[in-house]
Amino acid sequence: MLAFLIERLLQSAVVMLAVALIAFTLFNYVGDPIENMVGQDTTIAERQQLRHELGLDDSVVVQFARFVADAACGDFGISYQQQRPVGQIILERLPATFELSFVAVAMAIALGVPMGIYTGIHRHSWLSHGLMGLSLVGVSLPTFLVGILLILVFSVDLGWLPSFGRGTVVHIGWWSTGLLTLDGWRAIIMPATTLALFQMTLIMRLVRAEMTEVLRTDYIKFARARGLSNRAIHFGHALKNSLVPVITITGLQLGSVIAFAIITETVFQWPGMGLMFIQAVSFVDIPVMAAYLMLVGGFFVVVNLVVDLLNHVIDPRLRVDRVRVGIG
Amino acid sequence: MSSIRDCGLTACGWALADLVAPAAAGRPGALLRRIFDSDLWWSFRRSPVTVAAAIVAFVLIASSLLAPWIAPHDPFNLASLNLLDAEHPPAWLAGGSWRFPLGTDQEGRDMLSAILYGSRLSLLVGFPAVLVSMVLGVTLGLVAGWRGGLIDTVIMRVADVELSFPAILVALLIDGVARGVLPRGIHNEIASYVVIAAIALSFWVHYARTVRASTLVERDKEYIQAARVIGVRPAKILFGHLLPNVIGPVLVVATINLALAILTEATLSFLGVGLPPTRPSLGTLIRNGNDYLMSGDWWISLFPGAALAALILSVNLLGDWLRDAFNPKLR
Repeated sequence: MLAFLIERLLQSAVVMLAVALIAFTLFNYVGDPIENMVGQDTTIAERQQLRHELGLDDSVVVQFARFVADAACGDFGISYQQQRPVGQIILERLPATFELSFVAVAMAIALGVPMGIYTGIHRHSWLSHGLMGLSLVGVSLPTFLVGILLILVFSVDLGWLPSFGRGTVVHIGWWSTGLLTLDGWRAIIMPATTLALFQMTLIMRLVRAEMTEVLRTDYIKFARARGLSNRAIHFGHALKNSLVPVITITGLQLGSVIAFAIITETVFQWPGMGLMFIQAVSFVDIPVMAAYLMLVGGFFVVVNLVVDLLNHVIDPRLRVDRVRVGIG
Repeated sequence: MSSIRDCGLTACGWALADLVAPAAAGRPGALLRRIFDSDLWWSFRRSPVTVAAAIVAFVLIASSLLAPWIAPHDPFNLASLNLLDAEHPPAWLAGGSWRFPLGTDQEGRDMLSAILYGSRLSLLVGFPAVLVSMVLGVTLGLVAGWRGGLIDTVIMRVADVELSFPAILVALLIDGVARGVLPRGIHNEIASYVVIAAIALSFWVHYARTVRASTLVERDKEYIQAARVIGVRPAKILFGHLLPNVIGPVLVVATINLALAILTEATLSFLGVGLPPTRPSLGTLIRNGNDYLMSGDWWISLFPGAALAALILSVNLLGDWLRDAFNPKLR
């Protein structure tokens, strides 16, 4: 276990360093940072001085070391576009994305798991067929299209919900939350639904597939032979065993929620990190892009690590050597 | 979990390869008979949803490829645009005219023509992207499985890292970098190549993993050993002997990935980092229409959206059917 833990930690560290290297390369070689910061009438001498002050004339290795050290302290430089420290911008944007993702994931699990259980048990009822059909539409409809449809119906046509922004937010320390006001909840419903839809269909299909598979096994037949109630069989025996892969995949999906938040935030002009990243890409605002990359990379690495460790703890069959055999 | 799915893919891919590979060498009549006699055709006919999906996909793909000949207007010809025609609603609503069946956008561009040309661009990005990622992934997977050792470790580690990030994020990043490196004027010119590269570089992993797994199984079989013993060049063994036997599952992954590639391109374009507004794909059209949503001009974004959804849904349904049709567990 300890060896496994150390191996995984080392691997994560290597991945983070690779991500940092990419971010650093971006930062230094895509466009000229000085050119992006100064106006047209800056003299060459002033530019040289700025270059020296920012340490851009040091050797590459020194610069990379400084970059990693600064990033570890949360210092990602100054945004070309907004002329403010990137760390500060991210800190402002973080709560919005976090709240959106949290509400979306909660929705996806709260709806997806029961729907998956139902369609897994009653495979051939008309409701199951309906739900499966809907889920296929959910997978095929692009995220942004779902958002546009929701805006069209609930904002433009019915005028019930706001089509952009977070509504009224309450500041608690540096954290801002929209979940304490009615206005904030009204604003989060549509973006969260949009973000949750894909994850929900995925969870539902996964639970259904696992339930179907488990319900066919011998120990379920044996439980039926023992005369256990349907309830005990479905929820006591089958569900427990089908949840392990569901937890794994759902955990790994947390990462894609962050990625899909980019799209949702663009549609609803939600002031989170995803919108910040897209604006940064359009303006070639490299420090913001690099910081976002580092942050998201770190988040993914942590999520993967935690899921791996959880698997290792929950299911002894998933030891690394066995997985290798399974794939090879 | 993933190994179970890979097995299903492998089985159905091989069946597909069996169907296509030997027949391709024979006469076309034999090929047709082979197709109509096969299990595949039987299961295709038996599923009305699949038949419907195939028809929809065929109509969409054919009409978009024929766009220059069947579109009522040329949306790229600025001279033919008239601002007086701007923001016409669809023909069946008050104020619409049959000159523009699906209405016009803010510059007087006919939406039907724009959609036809837009889907054409989407497909012209989607197909090459799948092809490039397939070639890249298959080659790397073959080499990794064949050579093993350090090369294998490096390739598969890179694949693992990439797989832990969603494809859309990788594609966004590659696109963003290209945007920074290339001068703005040039970037618009070659935007579609950048998008193809971005999608290909974020999709190759699945092919590489599938091919590597099959290669590990195949490489110790007798026909490969025989080829080695009689001194066939390694490159010839890899691409002449091994490849035909591992390509099956790849074809199935490719079908599923086509829908994903089209979706990714549309998403990139919608986010404003894909194809430029001067040559709008479906995603760009939807992005453009999004700005006019609040003023009630819903058709500018909704019709391209419907075309995109229909295209992706039908290709997805075909992919799903293909996977199920060959999964021995579901027979």
